[in-house]
Amino acid sequence: MSHDLVVEDKERGLFKVSREAFTSKEVFERERDALFHKCWLYIGHGSELKAPNDFLTRKVAGHEMIFNRDRKGTYQAFFNTCPHRGAKVAREACGNALGFKCFYHGWAFNNNGKYSTRTPEGVYPDDFGKDGSVDLARAPQLAQYRDFYFVNFDANAESLEDYLADATEMLDLVSDHSPNGMEIVGGAQDYSLRANWKLLVENSFDGYHAAETHSTYFAYLIDAIGMSVEEAMKAVSGGSSSYDFGNGHAAIEGVAPWGRPIGRTIPVWGEEGEKEIAAIVEELEERVGPERANRIAKRDRNIVIFPNLVINDIMAITVRALYPTGPDEIQVSSYALAPVGETPELRKRRLDNFLEFLGPGGFATPDDVEALSSAHIGYGNAEFAPWNDISRGMLKDFPANDDEAQMRVFWREWARRMEGA
Amino acid sequence: MTKGSELRHEVEDFLYLEAHLLDEWNLDEWFKLFAEGATYDVPTAGSADDADSSAELFYVSDDYFRIAHRVKRLNSPRAHSEWPRSITSRIVSNVRILGENGGVIKVRSAYITHRSKEGVTDMYCGHHLYELVRVEGGFKIQSKRTMLDMENLHPQGRVSIIL
Repeated sequence: MSHDLVVEDKERGLFKVSREAFTSKEVFERERDALFHKCWLYIGHGSELKAPNDFLTRKVAGHEMIFNRDRKGTYQAFFNTCPHRGAKVAREACGNALGFKCFYHGWAFNNNGKYSTRTPEGVYPDDFGKDGSVDLARAPQLAQYRDFYFVNFDANAESLEDYLADATEMLDLVSDHSPNGMEIVGGAQDYSLRANWKLLVENSFDGYHAAETHSTYFAYLIDAIGMSVEEAMKAVSGGSSSYDFGNGHAAIEGVAPWGRPIGRTIPVWGEEGEKEIAAIVEELEERVGPERANRIAKRDRNIVIFPNLVINDIMAITVRALYPTGPDEIQVSSYALAPVGETPELRKRRLDNFLEFLGPGGFATPDDVEALSSAHIGYGNAEFAPWNDISRGMLKDFPANDDEAQMRVFWREWARRMEGA
Repeated sequence: MTKGSELRHEVEDFLYLEAHLLDEWNLDEWFKLFAEGATYDVPTAGSADDADSSAELFYVSDDYFRIAHRVKRLNSPRAHSEWPRSITSRIVSNVRILGENGGVIKVRSAYITHRSKEGVTDMYCGHHLYELVRVEGGFKIQSKRTMLDMENLHPQGRVSIIL
C-alpha cells in the first residue's frame, strides 16, 4: 500500500481512516491472512450443544466447520470436509450423531474425527489411516471462556485468555446474569449486508448514531414503555463510559430508557414485573455483591471482541458474529443469549425487547443496514473524498459512549496487525 | 360454483386487495384490514409453521399495538430503510382454505415479493398463514404469519417492508 490507511494526530485530536480500507480487494485478502487466520474467532456457545454427540455446522471466516461434542461430552471443532474427496460430511444445520458419514463414497468417521470406514482387505495398505492422515481435520485450536467457544486457525497463536486480555471482564459480566448459566435461545437471524464488515463493527458500538438513525425506534419506545420523555431522559442520566481492554477489544457502557429483563423494569411491565425484577436483582446482589449487581442489572453495554464478535447486553443480549465474503458483503449470524431457567413471562419480554430493536425485522437494525450500505456506496467516491473521520471525543480524558474512542481502539489494533502482515 | 370455491374466490379477492394496498404503500388502509387484537409475525427463514415466538427468536412478532407502530414508523421519512420508499411487487397465489371453525377461516397462500431500491432488486418467497374472521362486507385479519421459505436473508438483509 502506498500510504497509511489509519492516520492519527494525537496532539490535534484527529483520527482518520482511509476509505480504501473498506473497498480494496487487496486489503480484504490481507485481512484474511493477518486477522481471520491469526485471531481467535467465535464459533458458538456451549449451550448450543446440550448433550454428548450433539453437533452443529457453521461457517467461520469462510471455513465450513463442525462444532460438536464426542461420546464423552468433550467439545471439538473440525473442518467439514471429507479427507477422501472433499464433500461435506455433515450437511444438516444441527443434530445428534455418533459419527459422520460422507454421502459421496461412504467414508465414515467417529464423532471424535477418527477414520472408521470398513473396507475389504487388500484395498488399502494394512496401516491405512493409522497415522491419522485420513481423520477429519481438526481446527488448529479450540478454547472457551465462560462457555463462549472460539477457534484459532493459527496453531501457534497465544492462548485465548491472553488474547481476550481485560475483555474477560465483559464476558464475566454477561455470563453472571444468572446463577444457572446462560443459553442461546432457539433460532438464529442469518442475514447479509452490502457493505464492508468493519462498518458493522463500528456501528455495533456506536453510541453517536443512535438518536439520529433510530429516532423512529425511540418514538416507539417512549410510547411502549409507558414513560414520559422527561422520565426517560432522567433514566438515562447515569453517566457513560468507553473501555479499552487491550488487543483491540473495546466497549461502551451507559444507561438507556428501555427495560432490561435482568434488572431494570419499565412502567408497562406493571407491579408484577417490578416484583420479578426486584427478586432477580436481590439474587444478583447476594451472589456477586451490590456494586457488581448494580452494574450487571442496570447498565447497558456494547462490546466488540476483536475482530468480529459483537456482544450487546442492552434491552436483550445479542451475540453477533460477522464475516466478510468480500470487501463489499458481510454475512451476519445473530443469536439471543438468555439466562437458563428464566420464567416464560420474562423470556417473552426479552424476545419482544430483542425484536423491537434488533434484527432484520426490528425498528432499528434495518436502518443500520441502510446506513452501512449507503456509506459503502459513498466510498465509490473515495478517489475524491478519501477519508472517514473517527476523531469524536479524542481530546477528552474520559470519552463518553457517544464518542468514538472505542472505534479508535479497534482501528489501532487493525492497523497494527495489518502492518505486521 | 361450489360453496367451497365461492369462499376461496372471496378470500382471493381480499388477499389481492391486501397485496395491492402494500404495493401502493397505503399502509393506513392496510392496517384497517386487521381486527382489533390481531397479530402479525415473521419467524426466521426456514422455521416450522408452528414456531413459537415466546421461545424462539423471530424477525417480527407484533401484537396489535406494535403493528400500529410499524405502520406509523413506515409512514415516517425517518424510517431510513424505506425512505425514499422501495418499489415493491407482490404476487399472491396457491390460495387454499384450510378450514373454517367457529367463524375463523384458516387460509394458506404462496407469495413472491420483489423489492427494488438503490439499484438492487431483492426477492422474498414463502407462504402466508392467515386467520380471517367475517365482518360485514368482507373479512378482517385476526392473525397473519409470514413464513420465509428460504434458508436465510442472504442477500436481502432485512424484512423492512411488510411482506
